[in-house]
Amino acid sequence: MMTLDTVGIRRQARVIMIDGGHRVRSHLNTLGIHIGDWLTVVQRAPFRGPVLVEINGTRVALGRGIANKVQVDMDGVLEPLSGSEERWGTEH
Amino acid sequence: MRFVLAGQPNAGKSSIFNSVAGYRSATANFPGSSVTYTVTKALIAGREVEVVDLPGTYSMISSDSVAGEAERYLLDEPYDLIINIVDASRLGRSLELTLQLVELGRPVIIALNMMDEARRRGIMIDHQALAQELGVPVVPTVARLGHGLKQLFREALRHASIGRNPQPPAFDREVEDALAEVAAVIEGLECVPGIPTRFTAGKLLEGDPHVSKRVYGERPELARRVDQVAAQLEEAHGWAADQVVSGSRHAVAHAVEDRVVTHEQPQLGWRERADRLLLNQWTGGPLLVLILGAFFSAVFGIGRRIEAPLVDAFNRLQVAVAAQFPADSLTGTVADGLVTGLAGGVAIVLPYLLPFLVGLAVLEDTGYLPRLAYILDSFMHRIGLHGKSVLPLILGYGCSVPAIMSTRILESEKDRKITAALASFIPCSARTVVIFGLVAAFMGPIWALGIYLLNIVVIVVLGTVMAKRLKGASPGLVLEIPDLSLPDLKTLAAKTWLTLKEFITIAWPLLIASSIVLGVLEWAHAAEPINALLSPLTVWLLGLPAAVGMTLVFGVLRKELTLVMLVQALGTTEISSVLTSQQLLTFTLFVVFYVPCIATIAVLARQVGWRDTTLIAAFTVVVAIVISVAGRMGFALLT
Repeated sequence: MMTLDTVGIRRQARVIMIDGGHRVRSHLNTLGIHIGDWLTVVQRAPFRGPVLVEINGTRVALGRGIANKVQVDMDGVLEPLSGSEERWGTEH
Repeated sequence: MRFVLAGQPNAGKSSIFNSVAGYRSATANFPGSSVTYTVTKALIAGREVEVVDLPGTYSMISSDSVAGEAERYLLDEPYDLIINIVDASRLGRSLELTLQLVELGRPVIIALNMMDEARRRGIMIDHQALAQELGVPVVPTVARLGHGLKQLFREALRHASIGRNPQPPAFDREVEDALAEVAAVIEGLECVPGIPTRFTAGKLLEGDPHVSKRVYGERPELARRVDQVAAQLEEAHGWAADQVVSGSRHAVAHAVEDRVVTHEQPQLGWRERADRLLLNQWTGGPLLVLILGAFFSAVFGIGRRIEAPLVDAFNRLQVAVAAQFPADSLTGTVADGLVTGLAGGVAIVLPYLLPFLVGLAVLEDTGYLPRLAYILDSFMHRIGLHGKSVLPLILGYGCSVPAIMSTRILESEKDRKITAALASFIPCSARTVVIFGLVAAFMGPIWALGIYLLNIVVIVVLGTVMAKRLKGASPGLVLEIPDLSLPDLKTLAAKTWLTLKEFITIAWPLLIASSIVLGVLEWAHAAEPINALLSPLTVWLLGLPAAVGMTLVFGVLRKELTLVMLVQALGTTEISSVLTSQQLLTFTLFVVFYVPCIATIAVLARQVGWRDTTLIAAFTVVVAIVISVAGRMGFALLT
């Protein structure tokens, strides 16, 4: 188990738990982020900026504070982002 | 008959509304761009129908004890039919709102919008199957191009007159049991009239602050019984009850999506490639600087090229008028004031205002603004805010009024207050006109850029101080980043015209009238007492001619007035022949920072209250004096 803010770019993860109050949870829920959903980290802004995730066909920017409250599980998945030319890993 | 347009942000509500209203509601490519609802009358198949455009909402859950405008309207106002605009490219998530709207027990029809976008993403939707799943009519549309809209409104009219209410789809058994139990507890309550108990029960289980307040405010003893049901649900699932209910709705929505959608190969093109650069951790920041830099230099470049010939033409006109009417007579003064007012509007304000508005509309419509919020989030954290506050602040460069109104997209009271106050400090297009018309035109664009940077420094300092002083938690950034899109010429024109019309119909007559009034005041030697009264400020502190006193008074009405009034007060458009560079700089700095215009003060008061507004207004004068005096001395030291 880890938090979303530590997940690397182009890695997939599954939401296990959303810490924090009712407001944080309902806010994420309304944007379509729920427990059990798979998401892909698309970008991470520098200087502890937000994390950009793709979830259910939508891109959502989550501040580091919020991303820190989202517990995720990686299940050892190392799939590259679909449609991406760059491969994750050491193929070359 | 009244139809309500409801849907999630960016689903295209305003586009559909505009198609019946004729460009009266502006669209933008970022969530929450409409903050209040707009009503229009439309003629559909020979019948007059009222169409209401609600602000976008992701869910019927309020984040505060005060309901969002959309939720309040849907719960309390009378209407005959909900047109739910669904973004076909994000079907699953959009259906989560649909499932809640269906529970309201009113006739609903779905506009399955952005079908072209969905197709591009390889999402093929069987709209008839969707209609069957939900038990409501579904009309596929592409609102941006006007496809399917005629059919949509015809279907809406037909469906509203039949008035068949939809059956909400069932959730999993435990949730259904819990809903039934809570419904039994609140049966017969009249605090939410006209709303089905099942809907209210769901909201109570989800802990919706607004509905909870309404129900428990009247019957506090019910809270314990609802909590018991919630606790049972929590025990059965291991999650909080609100998560169980919304998770269950999520599951139903995505199950429906799976049944009606077939996936094909998506065609991702320039949008994806552009986003990889714009949002990249290394290139995003430099590109932001480049884009904003290009924006401001384009505005300046275009404005300067239009301004010069227009100013020349009006100077010739002024000379001709002066030859016709003697300058020291009343008619001469009035004629001169009239020409100066006309010239101020056409030759000085419009050349910069027009390209600026077009540029801002392009930034809005392409969807670059949410990306700006993403990139600047960590910077905004340093001044105690988060990325979403960037949106109102950027809008502030257009006009402070919509900027302050749009602070409603922020979740916390503290963020709203700070952002509204800071937005009033941002140089709006009127102040930009003064900066460009005086400093950039006579001292060079570098000096103008310096004023913008100085302004940002002041805002950073103010934001940091206010964030430390005000209490309350900021929830942090949660913002949808919509797809990039090519700006549509029609929307651009409509949006630019909307603001421009305001300038032409309200500001310009005011400019001309004020110009004449100032001319007459000067002719009657009545401006002198006011100028004398202000001279400790204007002459002693700022080192300006006493005649500028009146212009500052007029500037409170509209900031552009200061520039036009300056021309009038000094009696020439060749301002540099009367004022030194140091004086130009001092004057502009003062105008940029002192008291926001009357319209801004009114909106600010509505948003943060009169006490804070007075405080902010008084504070701006102090800031303006400090900065312009510092600018005056700094200029003397530098040159």
